[in-house]
Amino acid sequence: MKIAITASEPQFEAKLEPRFGRCAYFMIVDTETQDWKPMQNPAAEAMGGAGPQAAQFLADQDVKAVISGDIGPNAYTALEAAGIDMYRAQVEQISTLLEKFLTNQLEQVSGPTSPQRHGGRGPRG
Amino acid sequence: MIITVASGKGGTGKTTIATSLALAISDLSPIVLDCDVEAPNAHIFLKPQFKKSREVGILIPQVDEGKCTGCGHCAEVCQYHAIVCVASKVLVFPQLCHGCGSCSLHCPEEAIIEVSRPIGMLQAGLGTAGIRFARGVLNIGEPMAVPIIRELKHWQLFPDGDKVIIDASPGTSCPVVESVRDADFVLLVTEPTPFGLHDLRLAVKLTRELNLPAGVVINRDGVGDSGVMEYCQSSDIPILMRIPLERRIGEAVARGQALVEALPEYMPRFRQLYDQILLLSDRRESTNQSTNTETQPVDDAKVRS
Repeated sequence: MKIAITASEPQFEAKLEPRFGRCAYFMIVDTETQDWKPMQNPAAEAMGGAGPQAAQFLADQDVKAVISGDIGPNAYTALEAAGIDMYRAQVEQISTLLEKFLTNQLEQVSGPTSPQRHGGRGPRG
Repeated sequence: MIITVASGKGGTGKTTIATSLALAISDLSPIVLDCDVEAPNAHIFLKPQFKKSREVGILIPQVDEGKCTGCGHCAEVCQYHAIVCVASKVLVFPQLCHGCGSCSLHCPEEAIIEVSRPIGMLQAGLGTAGIRFARGVLNIGEPMAVPIIRELKHWQLFPDGDKVIIDASPGTSCPVVESVRDADFVLLVTEPTPFGLHDLRLAVKLTRELNLPAGVVINRDGVGDSGVMEYCQSSDIPILMRIPLERRIGEAVARGQALVEALPEYMPRFRQLYDQILLLSDRRESTNQSTNTETQPVDDAKVRS
């Protein structure tokens, strides 16, 4: 199964980036093989709608679960529709979080964890 | 003749100036449009009786799931990420949608129709001294002011009116661009403080980008420093009026009274302000042909919201 962890740097030693829609990278990890690769988040600099765009990206990568800090309402709706499970974590090393995920120590999210932010405003030129 | 009152910084006195300017030329039957649709307040001073109103909506996509094949073209073309396609299902985020229609245009199955979603309203009526007044009101929680402003400007309620005063919102973002873009003159209200100056610079840049003539009103003159004055001089922007910081002006505004009503001695000064604006906008029209070729047209995408 492929999972994604929101990351501030493209390294396995990097720490979790607590923002979902605007994280710089997604660390995509295959839980069977433990292979990992960082992918740039195309929504990181979006003017608006970063949450849905990031969720679309993860769905296109066939990711089944995501680990992040806060997940806003639009991102939550899109991830839920995509059948991607969401887990909330503190800012820790990616490797630590992967270990916690594999041993069921992370809190699964059942609703948006933060209010609407940039999303909804859109480009304001 | 469209005069837009804008500012950059908020709370400098746009509405005070716009409403007093209208009252000072009430014999010319001006129309006042309150385009500060997120927080309209000009009605407090012009006291219109709203007799007409109209709902404003934007067109958002509605997907016919029977026809949709989940191909995802709609999500690919959406610039605002208001539509996503996951697990062969299409999801629409109405608050992100700008109503551009790209999704329905690109849908190969013709599975997307557009339906109107209300985001606010327009209201109009006659105010003090018979001033024809209309305003836009954006519903609370709605993010997009521009469609309301656009509709308000095109609401042909007073078709014979040729003198329009627009009260814009603060800032220099899309709603302000929409409020100033067809203006013949932009009146920039500022205060002589570093904050006023900072935002005035941005507002001046906006008017130059749009090739619009502008002049400055310094409100609360006497506070702060000389930065605004020096900037106007060095940037060749006329200072058309100065209003000192005076307690009785503040009290009148707090009571909901227009400046020229509370202090009638200001009436001729606002009339003069209007005459100066006429002169400056005329001068621009006569020099326009020579400057037109040098200035780049503003990229429409920048101006659209």
